[in-house]
Amino acid sequence: MDNPLTPRSNDLGLTAAAKANTPIESQEAKTFAKQLQGFWVTFKTIFKKPNTVQYPEEREPTAERFHGRHQLNRYDDGLEKCIGCELCAWACPADAILVEGETNTDDERYSPGERYGKVYQINYLRCVFCGLCIEACPTRALTMTNEYELADESRAKLIFEKEDLLAPLKSGMLQPPHPMVPGTTHIDYYRGDITGGSNG
Amino acid sequence: MTNAEIIATDPGWITLVKGLLIFAVCVLATLMSVWGERRLVARMQQRMGPNRVGPFGLIQALADGVKLALKEDLIPKAADRIVFVVAPIISVTTCFMAFAVIPLSGPVNLFGYETVMQMTDIPVGVLYVFAIASIGVYGIVLAGWSSGSTYPLLGGLRSSAQVISYEIAMGLSLVAVFIYAGSMSTAEIVSAQSQWWFCVTLFPSFVIFAISMVGETNRAPFDFAEAEGELVGGFHTEYSSLKFALFFLAEYVNIVAVSALATTLFFGGYRALPGLGFTESWLGGWFTVFWFLAKVVFFFFIFVWLRGTLPRLRYDQFMKFGWKVLIPFSLIWILIVSTLRVLSQQGAPRSVLIGFSFGIVLLVLAGSSLFESSKKRRAQEDELGEVAVPSFPVPAIPGKINKNRAEQLNG
Repeated sequence: MDNPLTPRSNDLGLTAAAKANTPIESQEAKTFAKQLQGFWVTFKTIFKKPNTVQYPEEREPTAERFHGRHQLNRYDDGLEKCIGCELCAWACPADAILVEGETNTDDERYSPGERYGKVYQINYLRCVFCGLCIEACPTRALTMTNEYELADESRAKLIFEKEDLLAPLKSGMLQPPHPMVPGTTHIDYYRGDITGGSNG
Repeated sequence: MTNAEIIATDPGWITLVKGLLIFAVCVLATLMSVWGERRLVARMQQRMGPNRVGPFGLIQALADGVKLALKEDLIPKAADRIVFVVAPIISVTTCFMAFAVIPLSGPVNLFGYETVMQMTDIPVGVLYVFAIASIGVYGIVLAGWSSGSTYPLLGGLRSSAQVISYEIAMGLSLVAVFIYAGSMSTAEIVSAQSQWWFCVTLFPSFVIFAISMVGETNRAPFDFAEAEGELVGGFHTEYSSLKFALFFLAEYVNIVAVSALATTLFFGGYRALPGLGFTESWLGGWFTVFWFLAKVVFFFFIFVWLRGTLPRLRYDQFMKFGWKVLIPFSLIWILIVSTLRVLSQQGAPRSVLIGFSFGIVLLVLAGSSLFESSKKRRAQEDELGEVAVPSFPVPAIPGKINKNRAEQLNG
C-alpha cells in the first residue's frame, strides 16, 4: 500500500458490495413519476379515518401495568400494610417520597407489627413513575394504580398526603386504628392468612 | 363596455364599499384558510386538526387571533424600534393592496349600480401586483434586520434572495400571457380567456408560475425564511402579540392573493368552467363570485397539498433551481411563444405554425435524450475511470467505489 495513512476499516463493507456487484440504491435512481407518488399518499390519507382519540370525552384504557398514581394498600380487615420502613423513600431516585414511621401501641394500632407510617407523602412534581419504590416495598403496601390524570393548579396540591394515597375501605374493612384480629399475630398478616374483617 | 369603463362610472361611495368588502373578504378568507389548512394537513397526517372552538373548530383561527392580541408585546432591546414596528405593517398592507385590481365577478348590481367587483382596473394591473408584492418583501427583510438578532437576520436575507430570484421567473412566465392577451390589465386578461384558459394554451407558463408562486409566498417546500428546523422562526422570531399576528395575516392573505392572481391569469378568473357558461348569469351575475372563489380554493388546496407532501428543499438547491432551470426555461419558452405569435400575426399558413411547433418538440426531445446519454456516460466514467487517490485519508463515498481502489484495499 502506497499510503500508510489510508485506513482499511472505513469503507463499511462497500468494497464487498462493489465486488458482489450489488447495486447501491442512489437518490438519482428515483424517477420523477416515483417522486410524485408522495402526493397520492397524502391525498389518499385525507379519506382515511383519523387515529385521534378525543381524549376528555373518549378514554382508552391504559396498558394493564401502566405506572400511574401510587396507592397504599390495606389488609382485608382494614389495617394498613405500610410499616414505615422508608425503603421506598430510599429507593426513590427523584427523592419524591417522605416517610415518617411511628410505633404502634395496643390502644392505637394502624398496622400489624411494630411500626406504621405516620407521615407518608409523595411529591408528584418530582416523581418520575419509575416504580423502584414498588420494587423496594417489603410488604406490598405500595403499588401503583392506572390513574394518570394528575394535573393540578398548585404545587401544594401535587404533594399527596397519606390520606390521598390510602386505598379506600372496602366492605368488611374497618377504619384503623383498631387491634389485630383476635388470636392472630403480625406473622399471620404477613402470610396473608387474614381474610375477613375484624370486629373489634 | 370594458371593466375599466364600468368602474369609471362608479360613484365614490361604491368604491369605498368595494374596498371595505375586499378587506372583509380577505380577513375572513385568512381566518377560514388558517382553519382549512390546519384541518387538511391534519387529515393528510391522519389527524383531526382543530375541532374544539365552534362547530368543526371553525372559529379556531379567530380564537388564536384574540389570544395573540392579548399577549404581551415584546420589543427586544437590540431592536430598531421604529423599523421593528413598521415592518409588519408594510407586510400586511401591501398584501391587501394586491386585491384592488383583481376582478372578483362579472357585471353585477351593487346597491342599484351596475358595476363589477373590482376596485380599479389599470392598464398595467399585473405589473402593479408585482410592484406591490416586491414592496411586501421589505416587510420581511426589515423585520429580519431590525430584530437585532441572528436568526431573523438570516431569515430576512434568505427571503429577499428568494423573492428576487423567483420574481424573475414569475415575471417571465407572465410575458407569454401578456403577449396572448395583448394587455396587462387583469380584466382584459380574463376576457381574453373566454375561449381557452391560458393554463391550457400556455401550459409551460402556468407550470413556471405555479412553482414560482410557492417560492414567492415563502410556503413549503420553499419556506426558507421561516424554516423552523434551521432558523427557529426566521424573520419573525422576535415578534410577539399583534405584530406577529400581522405577519401571520400577511402570509395567508398573500397565499390567497397569489391564488387569486393565478386564477385571474391562467384559470379564466370569474368565468365558469367550460360548458357551464350559462351559470354566469345566475343570481344577477353574482354567481361568478362563486366560480372565482372555487378556483382560489382549488389553488389553496394545492398549496396545502404541497405542504403536506414535500419536505423543505436545501437552500442552494432552491437557488440553483430558480436560476439554472426556471429562468432559462422561461426565456426559451418566451422565444417560442413570441415567434409563434409573430408568425401567426403575419399571416403564416397553419402548416408553417404546426411545422414550427413540431420542430420545437423534436428539438426538445433530442436535447433531452442527448442530455440523458451524456449523464449516463459520465456516470459510467465515474464508475470505471481512474479516480485520483488523495494523499490524506477520506471516508468512503457510497456507490462511488472504484474498482482499482477496491482491489488495492483488499490487498
